[in-house]
Amino acid sequence: MIDMFTRLGTAEGLIIAFATIGVIMWVSYPLSRYLSFGRIHGSAIAIMIGLALAFVGGTMTGGQRGLADIPFFAGVGLMGGAMLRDFAIVATAFEVDVAHAKKAGVIGAVALVIGTILPFIVGVLAGLAFGYRDAVSLTTLGAGAVTYIVGPVTGTAIGASSPVIALSIAIGVLKAVIVMIVTPIVAPLVRLDNPRAAMIFGGITGTVSGVSGGLAATDRRLVPYGSLTATFHTGFGCLVAPSILFFIVRLFTQGE
Amino acid sequence: MTISGVALLALCTLVGTLLGDFLGIALDVQANVGGVGLAMLLLVTARVYLHRAGRLSDGVKLGVGFWAALYIPIVVAMAATQNVVAAVEGGPMVLVAGTLTVLLNFVVFGVISRSGPRQETMDEIEARELAARTAGIPKL
Repeated sequence: MIDMFTRLGTAEGLIIAFATIGVIMWVSYPLSRYLSFGRIHGSAIAIMIGLALAFVGGTMTGGQRGLADIPFFAGVGLMGGAMLRDFAIVATAFEVDVAHAKKAGVIGAVALVIGTILPFIVGVLAGLAFGYRDAVSLTTLGAGAVTYIVGPVTGTAIGASSPVIALSIAIGVLKAVIVMIVTPIVAPLVRLDNPRAAMIFGGITGTVSGVSGGLAATDRRLVPYGSLTATFHTGFGCLVAPSILFFIVRLFTQGE
Repeated sequence: MTISGVALLALCTLVGTLLGDFLGIALDVQANVGGVGLAMLLLVTARVYLHRAGRLSDGVKLGVGFWAALYIPIVVAMAATQNVVAAVEGGPMVLVAGTLTVLLNFVVFGVISRSGPRQETMDEIEARELAARTAGIPKL
């Protein structure tokens, strides 16, 4: 019986994923309407259900890919993987208004720089507070606070230990998860309701999964603007973290 | 044809990703630099060009629009495959670093966002453009 489900998961992976996610979406919108009276957007609830299922999957299997580690739901990994995610993000650009995008060009670039340096400092300080003193570990932890891709890329480049790299990924993942959940709640307070703000938000926050998930739950029409700047974040982080930022951290730690 | 839209989207994604990889190699970074962003710029350029040439058919719009509409379900699937267990069990340092980063993130964003003149919101923009547009954005 279990064998049959496992086989179905392999043969019909993506189809099972479509059906599974469809059911989550069907459940989410009534939940949004009747439980939160529309205050929490349906897609935000769907994302939270997704995260909860990822936790269940991770606890059940001890794997790293959440629900996708359960053989029957393996297709969810394909549906939510980088290939289709990037494909769908690019598709949203079809709705981008060129005039709006141009207006936020310079401030988007400034946001990108701020959004790389600030989280890096927080990560380094957290590392210091918890007893890390070597430049390699501190830089890797700081890079993890930028995004969960910048962390391991930087750690590998400068030769950090495996546990530190794992911690840097965990920091980045937690950041993405919190951003997904908090963005729709905080959005009205910080005026995250227009294309320009979304582009600044994407540049500052970086993490593509966090930004795209958070904006999707806030207002789907803002997604392309936020993603446009967020997509440069990881690349920029991978550029400066193992080079300039590592150099600066080493300068500070030399006295130790 | 609908496949024209899907193929156009695929070509833009592939070329953008390739350019991002090349940029990564050129900058000596072990990562793709802005591949998705470059792909988005390509697609926007393609749309403007097709629109001017009068060749922006309904098929092309449908082929791209379908994938744009599937965006949120795909994000939900992405959320369901995150390593949430590691994020939760990463210990106090992960919790402190992750939470403080996001907190600071929103504070700085709020300051920047509120400093400028009030921007036209998405609702206002759409209300203004409603007259010109016939097709709305598909709601999921």
